[in-house]
Amino acid sequence: MGNDAVFRVDGLRKSFGHIEVLGGVSLELHAGEVTVLMGANGAGKSTLVKIISGVYDHGGGSMSLAGHEFDPKTPAEAIRAGVVTVHQNINDGVVADLDVATNLTLDRLSGSGVPTLFNPGRVRREAKAVADRMGLAIDLKARISDLSLADRQMVAIARAMAHRPKVLILDEPTSSLSSAEADRLFALLDRLRQQGVAILYISHRMSDIRRLADRIISMRDGVISGIFDKKPLDYEGAVNAMLGRKIQLERIVARNSAKAIFATDGLRVAEGARPISLTLGDGEVVAITGLVGVGKTALAETLFGLRQPLGGTMMLNGKPYAPASTGEAIAAGVFLVAKDRGENGIVGDFNVQENISLPFHRRMSRLGVLKRRIERAIARQQIQELGIVCRSERDEMASLSGGNQQKVMVARWMSQAARLFILDEPFQGVDISARRDIAAKLRTSAHGRATLLFVTELDEALETADRILVMSEQTIVGEHRNTDVDLERLLAEVAGGPLHSAA
Amino acid sequence: MILRDNAIRYGFIVLLFGLIAYFAVAADGFVSPQSAVFIFQSVAITGVLALGVTATLVVGGFDLSIGSVATSAMMAAAYVMVVLGQNAVVAVVVCLVIGAVVGLINGWLIVYMRVPDLLATLGMMFLLVGLQRIPTEGRSIATGMTMPDGSVANGSFGAAFLALGRHRFDFFIPNLIPVSVVVLLVLAVLIWFFLEYTRFGRMMYAVGSNERAAELAGAPVKAYKIWAYVISGVFASIGGILLAARLGRGDIASGNNLLLDAVAAALIGYAVLGAAKPNAFGTAVGAVFVGVLLQGLTMMNAPYYTQDFVKGVVLVVALVFTFALSGRGRR
Repeated sequence: MGNDAVFRVDGLRKSFGHIEVLGGVSLELHAGEVTVLMGANGAGKSTLVKIISGVYDHGGGSMSLAGHEFDPKTPAEAIRAGVVTVHQNINDGVVADLDVATNLTLDRLSGSGVPTLFNPGRVRREAKAVADRMGLAIDLKARISDLSLADRQMVAIARAMAHRPKVLILDEPTSSLSSAEADRLFALLDRLRQQGVAILYISHRMSDIRRLADRIISMRDGVISGIFDKKPLDYEGAVNAMLGRKIQLERIVARNSAKAIFATDGLRVAEGARPISLTLGDGEVVAITGLVGVGKTALAETLFGLRQPLGGTMMLNGKPYAPASTGEAIAAGVFLVAKDRGENGIVGDFNVQENISLPFHRRMSRLGVLKRRIERAIARQQIQELGIVCRSERDEMASLSGGNQQKVMVARWMSQAARLFILDEPFQGVDISARRDIAAKLRTSAHGRATLLFVTELDEALETADRILVMSEQTIVGEHRNTDVDLERLLAEVAGGPLHSAA
Repeated sequence: MILRDNAIRYGFIVLLFGLIAYFAVAADGFVSPQSAVFIFQSVAITGVLALGVTATLVVGGFDLSIGSVATSAMMAAAYVMVVLGQNAVVAVVVCLVIGAVVGLINGWLIVYMRVPDLLATLGMMFLLVGLQRIPTEGRSIATGMTMPDGSVANGSFGAAFLALGRHRFDFFIPNLIPVSVVVLLVLAVLIWFFLEYTRFGRMMYAVGSNERAAELAGAPVKAYKIWAYVISGVFASIGGILLAARLGRGDIASGNNLLLDAVAAALIGYAVLGAAKPNAFGTAVGAVFVGVLLQGLTMMNAPYYTQDFVKGVVLVVALVFTFALSGRGRR
């Protein structure tokens, strides 16, 4: 197997500051094969791609392409050598205001030996040749901005293929495509595979992976945690290698709840998805787990009034609940700690105290005037209860560590009593001790509300929740009480396929 | 580090006092109540406009239409009193309504039509500059003027209205403080209190710093943004009322510098006390700073045509203070 590898990575390392992101990664890509790379957020996938595509330097190890050493200093160098990357953001790959023909030949507009004058006839001829080779049926005169996302993606890939690369890297190419559009992309990839291109395909979507993969490589915490190339491919094994338990943690004592606080009936969050019916009880901590892009955030946003459901109803405290805005959700006692705190949570110009008080100004003011004494008292109390490490409640957010910033985000919503407390990826970019603190606090304070977590990492669900729900294809596909969880069945549900009952 | 912090925090205030000390020594008669009042009076109108634009800067926007809102309000006040023969109260109400409506339209364009703030308010500026000329076919408005249809406008500026521009209150010295300065001080305290101490002001800062986070905290972000433009429009129209009262006529050619001066004051305000963000106190200090500088230079016989250059220099230096030295170039 080893000697026909077109592209080889050997012991690649990379650190940012003193944090090691890649700890010696070795992998091979073969001509005419689609190798799928799986890994949770922060596993190091994108760092690896950026090193291969010449964006980052590597800190150790080596790469070789067709037997020769490969060490690109710039993205252009990687492309010239025959390693082409199509990045996740489609619009990075095309220029929206130019037509398809110009986009397909864009890379020939600069560099040495290119004629100064722009020759539209020649551009069209070259573009036609590229399009024909790829079987691309798009009007070459159309402007990119008038095309659908899928067509733009096709153009971006065709443009990449115009270099006749040996290695093509696709970073989550279907994340913004519909399933019919994705099918067109897969047909194109099949064609490229036949032409003998080695393809590295990064994705979380199990349906894509099942459709395309010849081999699967799982990554976790900066190292390769599993390589799967025996047919039939072991999809659950791959998911397990990517998400499975790292260390045996102490089990929590799962609680039952008698009194329902929140329930959905036939809730639909995406077009064509099966409806979701779930019930959350008083004092219960429920985790919803599933891969990236299965609709966890869409569900969280629907519960919080950020988006409207496509169908179905919600009940809170036995009464119909249909928030039209986040303000209405908060007034009803439904709070959300949004994922990606830098984007959705932290107000950078505000200090810790002001960040904590943000949603509850009305309750801390009289005649519109904020009572700062109360604001400060609440902030101090939260800092103490959650063990936020800071000099005072007036520290800038930027001076706090990631874990402590996240604690502030949780503290923001813990300062008032919730009926339904939702946390979307609350442990992202959080060190283990802060994660334990937050989880412990969630469990000890759980009485009187329903707590709902959305997490990708199974460990996080297993060490915080009383009950674990599995989400796949925008709906709930499995439920487990967190005592003696059948991990195999859970992983199969995450992987989205029928259960392989091989012992 | 502490030295640097103090330089950022107090640098501009020290510069202001240094400037005053320098002029006190170099220019005869600079230090007197009359001179101080004159400085305040010279910045009163631009200061009011600057306080309004500060509100839009706080929510992360910008309002380029303030200058033309002020001149439109001035022309409207003159038209209402001189041509339509109404009294001062009607004129003031009409001006304030114009300011509020323009603010609403600006906010609507930006929030619902998704026009970028600079472009929306730039468009509104051109629109108003043109609109204010239509009723009189491009002529200035004064008592006794001939209208396009041949009639003569016989109305006049009411005494109460003119008092807004000309009356002076006694303050230790008789006839010292003009109404416009009082208006400036009152509005400055109001907007400062509003932005710093009310929950609405706090949320406006949150919207400006991280709109998404503010929305997720339950704030009606769109409403806050529109309100900011309404505040800006109303303040600009108050500036226009003061301008009309000072001139006593609707002068088509006046008010050209209002936008530049007001924006400069608000941006200089970023640097005051190391705030690195728009704030009402800084804006007021920024306005006074420009006023002191110009008054001092005038008293030292610097030619008038150097004024815009000096203002530009001060603005650039202040922006360097804000963004480079404090290392907070997020905006």
